[in-house]
Amino acid sequence: MMTVTVSEAIIDAGVEFAAISASGAGGIATFVGLVRSDDNVATLSLEHYPGATEAALEALADGAIARWDLIGARITHRVGDMHPGEIVVFVGTAARHRGAALEACAFLIDRLKTEAPFWKKETRGGETSWVEPRDSDDAAAARWKA
Amino acid sequence: MTIELLYFAWVRERIGKASETVSPPETVTTVAHLIDWLAADSAVYAAAFVDRQRLRAAVDQVFVALDAPLGNAREVAIFPPVTGG
Repeated sequence: MMTVTVSEAIIDAGVEFAAISASGAGGIATFVGLVRSDDNVATLSLEHYPGATEAALEALADGAIARWDLIGARITHRVGDMHPGEIVVFVGTAARHRGAALEACAFLIDRLKTEAPFWKKETRGGETSWVEPRDSDDAAAARWKA
Repeated sequence: MTIELLYFAWVRERIGKASETVSPPETVTTVAHLIDWLAADSAVYAAAFVDRQRLRAAVDQVFVALDAPLGNAREVAIFPPVTGG
């Protein structure tokens, strides 16, 4: 069971967890990414490539399900304007055992960061700037090369 | 050949539009050629595309290298490296 959602709606971690847990799997791993509140960011704005974004996330989820024999994978990503403390992304994986769930969850967020067409723009102190990609993100994604 | 061009993030801001339809000549056969062709007549496009190392592209929503062939592309997107998650 694979569910990919890209939306401007506020993400509720409880709702997301309930959805991935409903798969009946023995092991659930989740990653939740928040708008950071320790860096004077007032607003985070997420732009994306409609259609291509969903396709990229579905391809990643399909790949994870096949590679780790998952029972379920769920990716929910917010777009538009959001504020510190709000959820940007929820990734959940369901498997028979913890190892597969944990590895697949790390794979999905690492690869999402380098392969899904989202762009972050921060506003702080009235100034806006596009977030630059980090080399460490490329390194994290590269470790999952099969 | 008619191509729908899409721009995202700071590429979109620098060019000043999110999309446009273009009809490049037959000599334009790769994404890089398309970028060169767009930049040739316009200081705005030339400035937006000045650092090719910071540009990424998709042809018909498939992510490709800049030297990838256009083929019979209907939609080409040009954008910065992604920063989601």
